[in-house]
Amino acid sequence: MEHGSKNKLNLKLKVWRQNGPKEPGHFMDYEAKDISTDMSFLEMLDVMNNDLIRQGKTPVEFDHDCREGICGACSLVINGNPHGPQLGTTTCQLHMRHFKNGDVIYIEPFVAHSFSVVRDLVVDRSAFDRIQQAGGFISANTGNAQDANALPVNKTDSDAAFDAATCIGCGACVAACKNASASLFVGAKIAHLARLPQGQPERDRRALAMVAQMDAEGFGSCTNTSACSAACPKEISVDVIAQMNRDYLCAVAKEPKHKALTESP
Amino acid sequence: MATKLDAKVPGGPIEEKWDNHRFDMKLVNPANKRKFDIIVVGTGLAGASAAASLAELGYNVKSFCIHDSPRRAHSIAAQGGINAAKNYPNDGDSIYRLFYDTVKGGDFRSREANVYRLAQISNHIIDHCVALGVPFAREYGGLLSNRSFGGAQVSRTFYARGQTGQQLLLGAYSSLMRQVGLGKVRLYPRREMLDLVVVDGKARGITCRNLITGEIESHEGHAVVLATGGYGNIFFLSTNAKNSNVTASWRCHKKGALFANPCFTQIHPTCIPVSGDYQSKLTLMSESLRNDGRVWVPKQKGDKRSPQDIPNEDRDYYLERIYPSFGNLVPRDVASRQAKFRVDEGRGVGDTGVAVYLDFRDAIKRLGEEGIAEKYGNLFQMYEKITGENPYKVPMRIYPAVHYTMGGLWVDYNLMSTIPGLHVLGEANFSDHGANRLGASALMQGLADGYFVIPYTLGSYLASSKLEKVTTDHSAFKESRADVTARIDKLLHMKGSRTVDEFHRHLGKIMWDKVGMSRNAKGLKEAISEIQKLREEYWQDVHVSGEPTYKNEDLEKAGRVADFLELGELLALDALTREESCGGHFREEYQTPENEAKRDDEHFCFVSAWEHVSGAKSSWQLEKEPLEFEHVHLATRSYK
Ligand SMILES: Cc1cc2nc3c(=O)[nH]c(=O)nc-3n(C[C@H](O)[C@H](O)[C@H](O)COP(=O)(O)OP(=O)(O)OC[C@H]3O[C@@H](n4cnc5c(N)ncnc54)[C@H](O)[C@@H]3O)c2cc1C
Ligand code: FES
Repeated sequence: MEHGSKNKLNLKLKVWRQNGPKEPGHFMDYEAKDISTDMSFLEMLDVMNNDLIRQGKTPVEFDHDCREGICGACSLVINGNPHGPQLGTTTCQLHMRHFKNGDVIYIEPFVAHSFSVVRDLVVDRSAFDRIQQAGGFISANTGNAQDANALPVNKTDSDAAFDAATCIGCGACVAACKNASASLFVGAKIAHLARLPQGQPERDRRALAMVAQMDAEGFGSCTNTSACSAACPKEISVDVIAQMNRDYLCAVAKEPKHKALTESP
Repeated sequence: MATKLDAKVPGGPIEEKWDNHRFDMKLVNPANKRKFDIIVVGTGLAGASAAASLAELGYNVKSFCIHDSPRRAHSIAAQGGINAAKNYPNDGDSIYRLFYDTVKGGDFRSREANVYRLAQISNHIIDHCVALGVPFAREYGGLLSNRSFGGAQVSRTFYARGQTGQQLLLGAYSSLMRQVGLGKVRLYPRREMLDLVVVDGKARGITCRNLITGEIESHEGHAVVLATGGYGNIFFLSTNAKNSNVTASWRCHKKGALFANPCFTQIHPTCIPVSGDYQSKLTLMSESLRNDGRVWVPKQKGDKRSPQDIPNEDRDYYLERIYPSFGNLVPRDVASRQAKFRVDEGRGVGDTGVAVYLDFRDAIKRLGEEGIAEKYGNLFQMYEKITGENPYKVPMRIYPAVHYTMGGLWVDYNLMSTIPGLHVLGEANFSDHGANRLGASALMQGLADGYFVIPYTLGSYLASSKLEKVTTDHSAFKESRADVTARIDKLLHMKGSRTVDEFHRHLGKIMWDKVGMSRNAKGLKEAISEIQKLREEYWQDVHVSGEPTYKNEDLEKAGRVADFLELGELLALDALTREESCGGHFREEYQTPENEAKRDDEHFCFVSAWEHVSGAKSSWQLEKEPLEFEHVHLATRSYK
C-alpha cells in the first residue's frame, strides 16, 4: 500500500457496452496489463481506451471531469458497488492499490429507472436537475441581500447544513438502492436549506415541490435500507431523509390542499 | 503608444468610476428586456451567476455547457476560499487595501479601474451568497469566519471548509435552476460551442455540437456571453478538470476577438507531485494549507532520512528564511519558483526528488489533529486517497503545477471583447489579475463579473446598439455550420498512428519544459518550432476513433487539442516578446541577483493583445494597451 510501490497488476475487465438507450447492452472482456498500483481507476480506463484506439476499436465512453471527487460526473458500478469497494470514495479517487493482481472487475453504468443509458457507461441524470428546478433554491434575486453578518447563524446549524450541502449529485444513492429511490439526494438539498435561517420562508413549499418532482421522475420510494448512505462518496447521513419526510409531512399538514397536488399519480 | 484598443475606462476619481458609469449607462426598460435573447456559454461561477442574474432582470437566456449538468462546471473544484474586503476581523482591511494587494500581487500588469471595481463589488458577493444559503464557515458567535491567503497580511478569505467553489457554485446553480423552472432560462447541457457567428460585425449566435446526438446546431441571440473558463489544460497535466479547454475562446479569437497576455499562466506551488507517466491530471492542495503548514527541504543534498527523522537544525524552512515578513504565505509565483530552485539544487524530496515538504507537525502540536481536521479535513483525506500516505503523520509532499490562466480574451471595462456583442467573463477573460492572480480572487472575479457587472453593462450594449433580427437561416450561420462539419470530418478521416492523448501529452511536455515555470529566449524559439511541427503532424497522423453521430469523447478531445496546438504557439510567442519577468512570467534573462523577477516598466507596462491574421507570414499581430498606475505606484514587489 505504500506510495511509489513498484507493483504492477494484470486485470481482467468485464465492461458494459451499449450503443444507446434503446439498444441492447452486453459485457465485453478486456485486459488491463501492467497497471501501476498508484494509478486511479479512471487512469486505468484511460490506458485501456488508448489501447483500444490504437487497435482501431471504439473506446469505452464514461463520464468524468474533475477527477478530485467533487464534480459528481464520474459514476460506474464496480463489482456491484457504486463507485467501487472503498467507502466514502468516488470512482475517480479510487486507486488501483485497492485491487490485486489477477482480479476480475465488472464495470457497469449507474442504471435505474430514471437514469437511462446514453452510451456504454454514461447515463442521463438530468432528472436531478429537474428536481432542483422544482424547489432546490432560495428565491433571492441578485442585489437584494443585506449584510452577510446581519443574521448570525448558530455554528451547529451551519455545520449541519454544510454536511448535507456536500452532496455532489452523482446518483450513487439511486444506483445503490433496490427501489432506485432518490431520497438521499433530495433529502440532502432539503436538509441543507432547512437547517439555515435563510431557507425558512420557502421551507414548506420546497419540500412539497421537490418531493412531487422526485415522484414525477419515477424514482422509487425509500424503505430505509440505508444502502444509499453506505454508497455515498460524501457519506451523507440518512438523517437527511428523516428531515425530508418530516418537512414534507409538516408542510402537508399545514396545507392539506397541497396534498392532492403533490401526490404521485 | 498608438493603439486600436479602447478600454473605455470611465473618467473621474477611481472610487467613483463605477458608480458614475452605472448612472451614465443606458438602460433597457423592464418591458423590453423580454424581447432580448442572450446566449450564455458556460455554467461555472461566472456563467451561472450571469445567466441567473440576467434572467432575473427579465432577459430570455439560453445557457450552454459541455457537462451533463450545469453544476459540474470546473468551478466546483475550487477549494480554499473567496476574498472580500469586509474587514470583519478588524485587522485593517478595506476596499482600497484589497485593490492595492491585487494590483501589487498581479505585478502591475492589470488595469487599475477594473481591479478597484472588483474590490468594491467583493462585499456584495458575500452578502448575496449568504442570502442564497451558502454555508460559509462560522465562529461560535454565529458570525462569518475568515482566513488568510497568499499575498495578503490581513484575513479576508471566506470559506466553506475545503469546498468553497462547490458551495458557491451550488448557490449560483440553484438560482439558475430557479430561473429554468420559471421559464426564463433554457438549458442546453452537453453542448459544445465550436464557433461564434458574427453578423454585420456583431456577435449574434453560436454553432455547437450536441454531444449526445452529434448534431450540429445553430443558436441565435442579441448578444453572446462567454464564460468558458481557462486554458491551463494546454499543459496536459494541470489542476484543471479534464474537460476544461480553450476551444470556445479560441474560436472567438479566430473570428476576430483579440487574445490578451496568453503567457501569463499561474503555476500553483502546492500540488500533489506527479507519480508516473500514466498520470492524467494533478491535484491541488489548497493554498489555505500554507496558513498552518510549513514548507521545507533538508539542508543537505541527498539527505535520504525519512522526514520525521530529520531534526529541525537539518531542515531548511526556506520561505520563512528568505521572506521573513510573509513567510509561507508569499504569492504563488514566488513560492513556486523557490520550490523549483530547491529541486534544481538537488534538495528535492520523495522517490522522484521532484517535491518539497509541507509539514503540519507544529500546527498539530498547537491545534491538535481535530483542530486541523476541522479546517482541512477533506484535503487531508484527498491527499491520503491519492498517495496512500497519512499527512497527519508524515509531511505532505508537494510540487508546483499549472493551475490558472490570467491571460484570456481581451475585454474593455464593460467586459466586451473586440467583437461587439461578445462579452467575456470569469477565467476566460484577461481582466483583473495582471501577471499573477492572488489566491481566492478567481471566485471573487467570476462572481463579480456574473452577478454584478454584466447585468449592467450588457443592458447598456443592447440599449445603444442597432440589432436587426437574424435567424439561423442567415448565410453566416450556414457557413459556420459548414466549417464546423468540415473540421469534424477532417479529424475523423485521418486515421493516423497516434492517439489524441499522445499528441496532447507531447504538447504538454514542450509547454512545461520550455514555456513553464521559467523561460528563456532560446527555449521559447525551440518551443515555437516544435509546436508548429507537432501541429503539422497532428493534421496528418492523429487517429480519432468512432463516428460523429453519437457520444464520442475521443472526437471531443480531438477538436480541443487541435486548438491547444495553435494556442501553444501564441503562448510561446507572447512569452518570447515580453522581455521582462513579471508575476507568473519568469524570463531567466531578466532576474535580480537574488533570483527575483525583474520587471521592465519602461518598455513593457502594457497588455499584449494579439490579433489573429490569417494568410499572413506570422499569424498574429500585436496590439498594446498601455497601463497607467495613478494609485498604486509602480514599485518592485517585495515580500521580504
Ligand atoms: C483545483 C482548483 C482549486 C481552485 N481553488 C480556488 C480557490 O480556492 N479560490 C479561487 O478564487 N479560485 C480557485 N481556483 C480557480 C477558480 O476555480 C477558477 O478560476 C474559476 O472557478 C473559473 O470559473 P469560470 O466560471 O470562469 O469557468 P469554469 O468553472 O471553468 O466553467 C467553464 C464552463 O464553460 C463550459 N464550457 C467550456 N467550454 C465550452 C464549450 N466549448 N461549449 C460550451 N460550454 C463550454 C463548461 O461546461 C463550464 O460550464 C481553483 C482552481 C482549481 C483548478
Ligand atoms: S470526476 Fe469529478 S467526482 Fe469523479
